[in-house]
Amino acid sequence: MTSPLTPVLTRRWLSPRSWSIETYEQFEGYSALRTALAADPGQLIQLVKDSGLRGRGGAGFPTGMKWGFIPQGAEGPGAKPKYLVINADEGEPGTCKDIPLMMADPHSLIEGSIITSYAIRANFCAIYVRGEVVHCIRRLHQAVREAYQRGYLGKDILGSGFDLDIVVHAGAGAYICGEETALLDSLEGLRGQPRLKPPFPATSGLYAAPTVVNNVETIATVPSIVAGGAEWFRKMGTEKSPGPKIYSVSGHVERPGQYEAPLGITLRELLERCGGMKDGVPLKFWTPGGSSTPLLTAEHLDVPLDFEGAVAAGTILGTTAIMVFNETVSVPWAVMKWTQFYDHESCGKCTPCREGCFWLAQILERMVEGRGSESDVDTMLDICDNILGRSFCALGDGAVSPIASGIKYFRQEFLELCTSHQGSGQPGGAQPTPAMAGAR
Amino acid sequence: MSQPPAVPRERDVDVERGDVERGDVERGDERPAATGIIFAGIAERAQQVIARYPQPRSALLPLLHLVQHVEGHVSRAGIAYCAELLDLTTTEVSAVVTFYSMYKRKPCGEHLVSVCTNTMCAMLGGDAIYATLRRHLGSAARPLDHEETAGEPGAPGSITLEHAECLAACDLAPVLQVNYEFYDKQTPEAAVELVTALRRGERPHPSRGAPLTDFRTTALLLAGFFDDPALDHPTAVAGPSASDETLAGARLAERNGWAPPTMPEHVPLPDLPEDKR
Repeated sequence: MTSPLTPVLTRRWLSPRSWSIETYEQFEGYSALRTALAADPGQLIQLVKDSGLRGRGGAGFPTGMKWGFIPQGAEGPGAKPKYLVINADEGEPGTCKDIPLMMADPHSLIEGSIITSYAIRANFCAIYVRGEVVHCIRRLHQAVREAYQRGYLGKDILGSGFDLDIVVHAGAGAYICGEETALLDSLEGLRGQPRLKPPFPATSGLYAAPTVVNNVETIATVPSIVAGGAEWFRKMGTEKSPGPKIYSVSGHVERPGQYEAPLGITLRELLERCGGMKDGVPLKFWTPGGSSTPLLTAEHLDVPLDFEGAVAAGTILGTTAIMVFNETVSVPWAVMKWTQFYDHESCGKCTPCREGCFWLAQILERMVEGRGSESDVDTMLDICDNILGRSFCALGDGAVSPIASGIKYFRQEFLELCTSHQGSGQPGGAQPTPAMAGAR
Repeated sequence: MSQPPAVPRERDVDVERGDVERGDVERGDERPAATGIIFAGIAERAQQVIARYPQPRSALLPLLHLVQHVEGHVSRAGIAYCAELLDLTTTEVSAVVTFYSMYKRKPCGEHLVSVCTNTMCAMLGGDAIYATLRRHLGSAARPLDHEETAGEPGAPGSITLEHAECLAACDLAPVLQVNYEFYDKQTPEAAVELVTALRRGERPHPSRGAPLTDFRTTALLLAGFFDDPALDHPTAVAGPSASDETLAGARLAERNGWAPPTMPEHVPLPDLPEDKR
């Protein structure tokens, strides 16, 4: 029986100057690196496979397996330079875990990056962080500089013969760059548009060389796995989704914030930790992991929030960004706002997403203004059908999620916005704008 | 169009003309010979940026931040300068500039105020904050538009206003940023107070972040340069970051004595799989 909360990644956050290398080293920081450098790189890949660590960026791909795909050897594809790229382009609506992590404890990411680079035999690592978070970038720069000064980066790290350079690379404002191949294009100095897969980054990533792209939280977890071992890691979470995870709770709860718990915690349990719904106003809908994960309702309070549990409930775990909305909020309004976001962020490379998001936003805006027609719901579902699975990358699929799930659970609310339903003295049916409950 | 391209290359002329026709860029502010002069101060830094990467073109995004540091926006001269450094056409560089929302095509204010109007922030007051600031910085009859500037761009107290997509601070909603530093849990009243202070030349400290500078200085940081002595990096890096929300879970766990399982003393690493030996 593990604790209700399990601070592993967040365990240093309460310390003074938690972001400094002095604090990090006080808490055994960089000792996992020494263990790792004394091992064979293959042992580290096996360790991470054994731990069952799955990617924390949304897709949940097994991390050790991803590392194992990198070709090794003195000849053929293994002879190319290899790269590690950290996806720190956090921007999925609702998601706010990586930025606080990098501000509070950047060295866990740096140490994890060095261990990972050693495991996959990379000598260059880029941390691609979104540009709009300058304080976070400042802390990362400082951490990298401190790591160089201590000999954890550069040539012949701690006498191991292993060389590594890390560059902190600031993006320039494009949600799509969180998609791993768009991120690679952006890092190569191009427009951030996704690439056709295959080939996958493991064989043809940065500069067409073997590349691992991992999320911040994933890599920041690695030093703990090296220190504690696979068995220790598996004491938290579930069989197929082991380990701790940062759940970011926002919206209509008493104490929004970052809660690190074992994977598989439920919203009911999380709400208890957060002091319940704000002012006791009942829950209406929520996202398990950002706006790209289909909405859930008050019926889903006991869904285990791990990769399997989320899928079984008809959604996906995503980034564990729990956005909580109470019953004062109009679902069509929230869905319209998200759709405007996808419309704005669609990179324009593929037609279903570019055109589909544009028209979906138009329809939703019209509906929320109270000028919808009865066929709008079906038209939207039809457009969704033409985006889902037919777009170049997952942005299109994500854009469909709030609409399809919103209509699935709250169809009546959409219909009530339609012209033919007006005349009952309530223009536009449901409230076109959300109540300001919770505004501080 | 009479304006010659900053670095004359025949194949670029169409796109350059397109830029001018769209009115994105001021005319007459760049002459071919001026490019070198405008950016002389960053020549060394530009080379340092290029040296960071295995391949030079990866330097393009930070170089664009760097030219934005010089001019307060990415001008045609800035585009030409980057193109020259990386041996690209200005067309190729323009294609990149226009893709990313942080590269401003028109001169920016001393400060850039970005209001998150994505769903969570909007619901908790972000839409109201943005609407209020539009009227406050413009007028009731003519509210400021997205990326429009109150005051003479670049002049002290001038502010460019924009609405932003999710800024990854949803637990602190509604948020806004000045020069990409966070002001958390805002209200329309607090936001008006903030921009009023900025207009007066004051620089209220962000909720999370370093002492406020200006838009152009921030662009230097985004290019990866934190070494300017005037910036007082030790103070900047120590600027607050841990809000109550950030620490909510960690504090709750501490109060209740909740902890992860104890790590074993000694952890043997797994053996190498047979085929890897």
